[in-house]
Amino acid sequence: MADPMKIRAALQGDVVEVRVLMAHEMETGTRKDASGKVIPAHFIQTVSATHNGNTVFSAHWGPAIAKNPFLQFKFKGGSKGDKVQITWTDNQGDKRTDEATIS
Amino acid sequence: MRARFILAATAGIALAMPVLAQTGASADFQKFRDVMEEDNPAELFEARGEAYWKTPSGPKHASLEQCDLGLGPGVVAGAYVQMPRYFADVDKVMDAESRVVHCMVTLQGLTYEAVTRQPFSNQSGTPAHVNVVTYVAGQSRNMPIAVPQRHPKEREMYQIGKEIFNFRAGPYDFACATCHGTDGKRIRMQDLPNLTRPEGAIKAVQGWPGYRMTGGLMLTSQWRMNDCFRQQRFPEPKYLSDTVTAILTYQAVNAKGQIYRGPGIKR
Amino acid sequence: MGYTRRQALKAGGSLGLFSALVALGLVKPGDAWAQAWNKGVFETKSVADALKALGASAPTMTADVIVTAPDIAENGAMVNVAAVSKLPKTQQIAYLIEKNPNTVTAVFDIPPGTLPEVQTRVKMGQTSNVMVLVKADGKYYAAQKEVKVTVGGCGG
Repeated sequence: MADPMKIRAALQGDVVEVRVLMAHEMETGTRKDASGKVIPAHFIQTVSATHNGNTVFSAHWGPAIAKNPFLQFKFKGGSKGDKVQITWTDNQGDKRTDEATIS
Repeated sequence: MRARFILAATAGIALAMPVLAQTGASADFQKFRDVMEEDNPAELFEARGEAYWKTPSGPKHASLEQCDLGLGPGVVAGAYVQMPRYFADVDKVMDAESRVVHCMVTLQGLTYEAVTRQPFSNQSGTPAHVNVVTYVAGQSRNMPIAVPQRHPKEREMYQIGKEIFNFRAGPYDFACATCHGTDGKRIRMQDLPNLTRPEGAIKAVQGWPGYRMTGGLMLTSQWRMNDCFRQQRFPEPKYLSDTVTAILTYQAVNAKGQIYRGPGIKR
Repeated sequence: MGYTRRQALKAGGSLGLFSALVALGLVKPGDAWAQAWNKGVFETKSVADALKALGASAPTMTADVIVTAPDIAENGAMVNVAAVSKLPKTQQIAYLIEKNPNTVTAVFDIPPGTLPEVQTRVKMGQTSNVMVLVKADGKYYAAQKEVKVTVGGCGG
């Protein structure tokens, strides 16, 4: 099972800044292991963020996003104490959802 | 008068050196790493280490919460910046990593062989003790380095470390000190800190354990020292060897009073 | 996200059904985006093909799109790239890395209320231009910056 994300969501004026670290290999599918076998591609393909049931951000990624990905985005309309939910899914069907409280 | 002039000039050069070395690519690299440090993937390993620390496991089904890192059982905050240190229960000086492994063996009932089968992180994964060391290090973030030199064995470790640092050997016949004993040296595009002075020595301590961009691996001071020996074409030390503890003690004591910023990010 | 009709047809299966639902007005095109990852877009191997796949063949180069990335990356495994669009009605931001094996690295969807500002880290195999493509009010704009990728000395 995938490890939890590290999510920070901070209100600055009327803008919520969200910073996320995700634990993921982001394997490109082009590298070989010590025995010369190709390591199969394993990478996050979609990320979406919701606030009060609305999608406030979404991303589609290829395998060239760095290992243990970092993502930052900003949206309006959030208040302190609200929850922001982030979900990622990868090309092997793994999925992880975590949430953070806006501070 | 003349003597004083020469002294002043020498001091001027010594001060100017690090400044010169910080220009160009080197400053760019520092900026590059500073950006990464704000949101460092090392935090993901700290979280894993914390979960391990608090979750019962091993044959004794125990957590590490009773582990004594030198400040009493279970005290994690500030422990990392005060290691290596003398531990009476084993009558020897241990660095953070040796102590974490010791706790996994004694508290959780794991065998030393099982814990250290994979000493360092590699593409196949990050060993549990590396996550724990990263967590422990994170609990000393923004604290001054305060490695004790009270016990005779702590002072002895420092002296041994100093000797190893200055020991010339290997096919290239050089010592750590050859590159890290004076100011203003560099290899390719990287500046080499002078580890004999606090401002330089902190650079050997700072950023470890570190998230290494190459391969995206979480690596510890033990790994770093091991790799130094390898790059020096010395025989590689045994994992958690006293040799490595000695050299870690030498560096950390030299960095006394400098602020440790927590797990870092490395090239 | 700039799917061409042909790609939608090629993808077939669920996407075909999806197109039918869109046509019937049962699903808004925006909803699709969150689910369907477009293989065709992410497998392109040149900027020209990538732009075509994204439906943006001739973007206008503009200073209203700001790309922040290091001049020199100490390590290509982790290069921070930030993008800001000053164009009104920015709907989408995409990262294209010219010299990578696959050109398109990321496509971000910016719904109303979300700021057209994003930051992430990418892998770069070698020195290359990093292009940020922005779709605003249905039109395409772009800006780019060269990032030099170096190899350093020992372990740091």
